[in-house]
Amino acid sequence: MAKLKIEDLRKIKESKKGTLNLRDGAYRAKVTVHMGTCGIAAGARIVMNTLITAIEQNNTDDVILTSSGCAGLCSQEPMMTVEVNDLSPVKYVYLDEEKTKKIFREHVIDGKPVAEYALSMGSETTY
Amino acid sequence: MEKTRKTYHTNLMICAGTGCVSCGSFGVRDALIAEIEKQDLSHEVLVATTGCNGFCAAGPLLVSYPDGVFYQKLQVEDVPFFVEEYLLKGRVVKKHLFVRPEDKEAIPAINDIGFFSNQLLVTLRNRGLIDPEIIDDYIARDGYMAAEKALNEMTSEEIIREVTTSGIRGRGGGGFPTGLKWKFCADASGDQKYILCNADEGDPGAFMDRSILEADPHAVLEGMIIGAKAIGAHQGYIYVRAEYPLAIERLETAIAQAEDYGLLGDDILGSGFDLKIELYHGAGAFVCGEETALMLSIQGQRGMPRPRPPFPAHKGLWNLPTVLNNVETWANIPQIIFRGSNWFKSLGTEKSTGTKVFALTGCVKNIGLIEVPMGVSLRSIVYDVGGGIPGKRRKLKAVQVGGPSGGCIPESLIDTPVDFESIVKTGAIVGSGGMVVMDDTSCMVDVAKFFLEFTVEESCGKCTPCREGTQQMLHILDRITLGKGRPEDIDTLITLSAMIKSASLCGLGQTAPNPVETTIKYFREEYEAHIFEKRCPAKKCKALLKFEVVPELCKKCGLCFKACPSNAITWVKKSVAVIDVDKCTQCMNCYAVCKFDSII
Repeated sequence: MAKLKIEDLRKIKESKKGTLNLRDGAYRAKVTVHMGTCGIAAGARIVMNTLITAIEQNNTDDVILTSSGCAGLCSQEPMMTVEVNDLSPVKYVYLDEEKTKKIFREHVIDGKPVAEYALSMGSETTY
Repeated sequence: MEKTRKTYHTNLMICAGTGCVSCGSFGVRDALIAEIEKQDLSHEVLVATTGCNGFCAAGPLLVSYPDGVFYQKLQVEDVPFFVEEYLLKGRVVKKHLFVRPEDKEAIPAINDIGFFSNQLLVTLRNRGLIDPEIIDDYIARDGYMAAEKALNEMTSEEIIREVTTSGIRGRGGGGFPTGLKWKFCADASGDQKYILCNADEGDPGAFMDRSILEADPHAVLEGMIIGAKAIGAHQGYIYVRAEYPLAIERLETAIAQAEDYGLLGDDILGSGFDLKIELYHGAGAFVCGEETALMLSIQGQRGMPRPRPPFPAHKGLWNLPTVLNNVETWANIPQIIFRGSNWFKSLGTEKSTGTKVFALTGCVKNIGLIEVPMGVSLRSIVYDVGGGIPGKRRKLKAVQVGGPSGGCIPESLIDTPVDFESIVKTGAIVGSGGMVVMDDTSCMVDVAKFFLEFTVEESCGKCTPCREGTQQMLHILDRITLGKGRPEDIDTLITLSAMIKSASLCGLGQTAPNPVETTIKYFREEYEAHIFEKRCPAKKCKALLKFEVVPELCKKCGLCFKACPSNAITWVKKSVAVIDVDKCTQCMNCYAVCKFDSII
């Protein structure tokens, strides 16, 4: 390993940013894929993998991915919820690879929700 | 450097501090990795090991991100169910959640647990967030940025001024201003100087330094680089006790990685500054934590303190100017340089700035490693962080602060702020940060005896007051606990304490009488009960126990009769039990089982 220069320190820091943001809670957008039994059966894993690949290809480091259980709308799986800072959360239904890619590009990166795939704006109130 | 980025939706951070490792966290980690592989999730879920998380009593621990869910007591056999529930189905696994003792409510989020939310992490800021064996993790959390700043942008004077302004004081026990110590050494003449780290943590029950070394070894190395530049040293040693194998292993890894990256060795970060750091394994003598003894030990001689002055800043290792700081002090330095002295000063109190790590143990619900700002009250530590005293019938009696050099602070002074000055006023010292909480079943004479036994054992024997004086004090305490105490004993103990404190050569002897002095000061009536009434109020000193039944309180249930292994209790239905003192073996069984406190 060559000796580090000052710039290298910053490079290492950048390359690790995604992982550390996830642990820190410092992120701009959070995408939750609903991975209950119903979601997985309907193809949630494909949605998750598509997102992982998209994040890696884009070198995005301010978006975190997470999985959660069944959202209660088993008939419309696979589903995901996209929460971009300062925007209200959006639930998407009946997802596949293409739709996921489009949502990632337009909503997660550019901040414009994709109305045609959305179930509703906002989340249910929880007590 | 990692070539390819990898995105995971979940990071499972397994605690791999010594506490969790000893209850099997490596096994759990391997089982998790295997199970995740089996479920074809290995490209989605990362399993990482971290240093001590602090909540040692509940290990093995796992914290999952980004959810921040805290799981405790995870065993290998729990893993398949855990992976299925949590990772496949996305359901929080209730069985392993922390349960709040007050209302039996399960708390999933780590930040909602009082033990964690009442802490302020500076020294331990990376705990649970980075893998201590991966240098890139440390760099990602601004690691080595402070060293870079110190080496390339600051002069030696500027570094010392920054550290002095921050007000940081030595975390190893003495509380000496770090900036001042550096200045003495920087001003000392001589080209060859040394920078040392004291990782010879010897207080019984204290494990702050070990946890820092295990969780964030690079922070200590970075602190030493900055200190070396400040005083102009090019050779450093970390004196770490051989009883800390995991800390040694992680330090060795960290030093190798830092050398590989050119962060140690010649021409660090292209600044032209050289520093080499080596480990020196201590053999476990308590006195070697004393600075002059430690230096002799590195030189290969018997570790015994010598009179000061000359101070090590002028004549230290091999009679050359040396700065020695404790692990926790070093781990604070990068933060001070990176975030500035004013930020550091804003934490803690005016005279005791920053935070302090404590090993909280004894009769509290949450046992573990904590970090709080200087100046919080003992009450807050015991009740908010520690969760209070377990057992409905038990109440707080005292908190022992500072290990064998410290003292017992009674319940009446529980609102004392924890900072250097306030703690010294009570007769104890902050010390390196051991904190033992004691409930009303602790006998204060017995506690004083325990700590004195330790110092008698560990006294190096060089100076008479410490070697002979502590021995004499122990004889007297022994006698008192055996019921042979004499009326003049308390006064003799006080006289001996004063003599040992004023005449001993080093800190070991100068502080050894503290546990005895403070217990006499605050619990004199307990000593008197032992000496004059031949009675141990806390029922700890076996030789003084004479049990009897109070007929008015006895409910005639017979539980004590059934519990007695030596047939010393006579009881028939509907009659009060009677204890035969001659047959009694003081096993305490009857005392423990009686629900009505009728046995005294």
